[in-house]
Amino acid sequence: MTADTVTPYQPDQQTGRDGFGQLLRAEWTKFRTVRGWVIGAVVAVLVMAGLGLFVGGASSSSCQSATGASGAPARSGNACGGTVNPVGPGGEPVTDSFYFVRQPLAGNGSITVRITSLTGLLPSSNPAAQGPIDTRPGLVPWAKAGLIVKDGTTPGSAYAAIMVTSDHGVRMQDDYTSDIAGRAGTVSPASPRWLRLTRSGDTITGYDSADGTHWSQVGTVHLAGLPSTVQAGMFAASPAWQQITQNFGGGENGMVAPSQDTAVFDQLSRSGAWPAGAWTGDYIDADGGSGIGGFHQASGRFTVTGSGDIAPVVPGQAGDTGTTVTQDLIGTFAGLIAVIVVATMFITAEYRRGLIRVTLTASPRRGRVLAAKAIVIGSVAFVAGLVAAAAAVIFAAQLAHTRGSYIFPVPWPTELRMVVGTAALIAVTAVLAVALGTVLRRSAAAVTLVIVVIVLPYILGAASVLPIGASDWLLRITPAAAFAVQQATPQYQQVTAIYSPNSGFFPLAPWAGFAVLCGYAALALGLAVVLLRRRDA
Amino acid sequence: MSQAVHAGQPGLSGARRLDMTGLRDALHAEWTKLRTVAGPAWLLAGTIVATVAVSTAATAAVRCPSGTGCPVDTTKLSLTGIQAGQAIVAVLAVLAISGEYSTGMIRITLAAMPRRSAVLAAKAVLIAGLVLAAGAIAVGGSVLAGRILLPGHGFTAARGFPLESLADGPTLRAAAGSVLYLALIALLSLGIATLVRESAAAIGVVLGLLYLSPIILGVVTDPVWSHRLERYAPMSAGLTIQDTTGLRSLPISPWGGLGMLAAWAAAALLAGGLLLRWRDA
Repeated sequence: MTADTVTPYQPDQQTGRDGFGQLLRAEWTKFRTVRGWVIGAVVAVLVMAGLGLFVGGASSSSCQSATGASGAPARSGNACGGTVNPVGPGGEPVTDSFYFVRQPLAGNGSITVRITSLTGLLPSSNPAAQGPIDTRPGLVPWAKAGLIVKDGTTPGSAYAAIMVTSDHGVRMQDDYTSDIAGRAGTVSPASPRWLRLTRSGDTITGYDSADGTHWSQVGTVHLAGLPSTVQAGMFAASPAWQQITQNFGGGENGMVAPSQDTAVFDQLSRSGAWPAGAWTGDYIDADGGSGIGGFHQASGRFTVTGSGDIAPVVPGQAGDTGTTVTQDLIGTFAGLIAVIVVATMFITAEYRRGLIRVTLTASPRRGRVLAAKAIVIGSVAFVAGLVAAAAAVIFAAQLAHTRGSYIFPVPWPTELRMVVGTAALIAVTAVLAVALGTVLRRSAAAVTLVIVVIVLPYILGAASVLPIGASDWLLRITPAAAFAVQQATPQYQQVTAIYSPNSGFFPLAPWAGFAVLCGYAALALGLAVVLLRRRDA
Repeated sequence: MSQAVHAGQPGLSGARRLDMTGLRDALHAEWTKLRTVAGPAWLLAGTIVATVAVSTAATAAVRCPSGTGCPVDTTKLSLTGIQAGQAIVAVLAVLAISGEYSTGMIRITLAAMPRRSAVLAAKAVLIAGLVLAAGAIAVGGSVLAGRILLPGHGFTAARGFPLESLADGPTLRAAAGSVLYLALIALLSLGIATLVRESAAAIGVVLGLLYLSPIILGVVTDPVWSHRLERYAPMSAGLTIQDTTGLRSLPISPWGGLGMLAAWAAAALLAGGLLLRWRDA
């Protein structure tokens, strides 16, 4: 009896034994057969979605008080929270209230005007607690007046406008979000501004001039689907005056009061099919014309007074009570902690049990082992994050709908970016945790380190514990920068608001912030591969 | 001296003496364990550094421009670092028990000292004592940083911000309370770690529990729920001990808030102690 008659047991997959697919499968088997890790991933999903729902449910205070103590859900959609903002052409909530001196324009045409002054009234800076608000002369930085071409008088409809502003020179704005700078400087009788809007089909071109003879083009915009007859004319608007002080650790204290501006127009000239009749003046507003405004026409001079703004609504703006999709994702940090714990133990448990020696004996190419681990835990974390984020966003929206509370509408690509970005944030954090677990080998140290570098800066920055300057800085250079993928609305330079992490505005662009986290994860992974190769296991 | 007593003297007084020496031996053993590994010393040093560093950074970042009112609680501001330092305290306390589980040391410990509650009590006393000492240094450094930095940032006595001093009653309460806060966080963490045993999971649970309330409070607008969270969540309630302004509008009194945290710590330790007795190690 010789040895060669004994056939050793050969499993089917022997051909690809050290293949990467086998490694992935081995790591996946390790993950799914440890009950605690699977529970940890499920806990991450439940905690994340549950916290989002809890916040959605506990954030509709104005609606609950409206229904009284009976606890019956609010039925009508607008019963609470006051006005629901109109929605602009891009799907974003907008403010569309201004004084409009208009005539219908059929077909193509143009309108030219000179503005010789822009003045206004602000509330007194130290108003009495009760009683009428005293006023003083002055303008808010984005007080505006000029020419506008608008698709009807429905709030939220498409428009293009060229205007003078108090502090930002001539601007051409269209469809609420877009803002193009023109000639700088303030308007006065000594240095008037000439403005012109030309309509050709659905293309609107804006020009400005200092003297009425030398013109320069400010911008050309396309308003898709503009009807052949539009409303065109002069407008004036002045956003609310705000005085806001940020409390340390306690949000903001603000005072908001309406302001108004008055512009003097003359040298009006037109081309195209305009009616011969008089100009109509009304206050355009979602509430039905309740704002400050009026106009006066005498010997070719129009004096137009208005208040309000034509601009996107920014969540966190003073006086606003709506919630954002960002708040539905507030549970991310808790899900992140659970995923960090599981991902770290995915490698440190091998060291603790001595399994790492078996793993590295079976697959001596150590870098590939780590890569397989990172891919498996990253994929698991991505799927868990995707499920949790999607559930939080979808169910919180339904909850808000049934309770009649208001959620800032967000265009669907943004919502998709927030959900997928959150899943990616969790996945890359899991990879970072595996890498640091490999470097440190001790679960306690690694878990704490990852939580301290990603969750703590987020808490210090986004939960309003630090002043804005410090929290911006934290959310730029730490891995917590990746939370920028959860920003629901962009910052608009033409809207005055507190753009702080606390109200959902991050200092970096969404994917730039995510790239910061990826950079840290790549560094940690590189270090982990080097150390795993050099050190004895 | 203590060895001599072990020879089981009969009678009630003997049993009581055995009790006392049991705890003393447990303390001695735990102290030796803590003293002879490098981790705890580093973590205590880290607590001090993190607390003072974050406090200093927060104080340095806040300015009060002239001509505006500054609704800033400067004492609370200069104690911001506690929010970072508590994370390291939590790790120290978690490792005190879960470190034994991960190495299997717990079986030796319990074989040597079968009275399991004495083991946990000894750990609690030692950890709390060490954290109190380190916390006193950390808080002292933070207050000192505030005292040096704040007047230069517009928080002068002329504008209603007297120089930060421990002779001031509310400031002393905030400072001493912050030290106690750290010790209670340590006890809470020790209790949770005894329940959970696995160090990574225990740290995740502790930090999740602590940081949950400030994050959720930032977005919950329902006054009923935010009031509940502020009253009952361990970190929010416990940190009211740092408030020195606007005390009337606090959802829970400073000492009441610290008491709430103490109740959390007691409940966690009690649950941990019971499970330690009932479960196999």
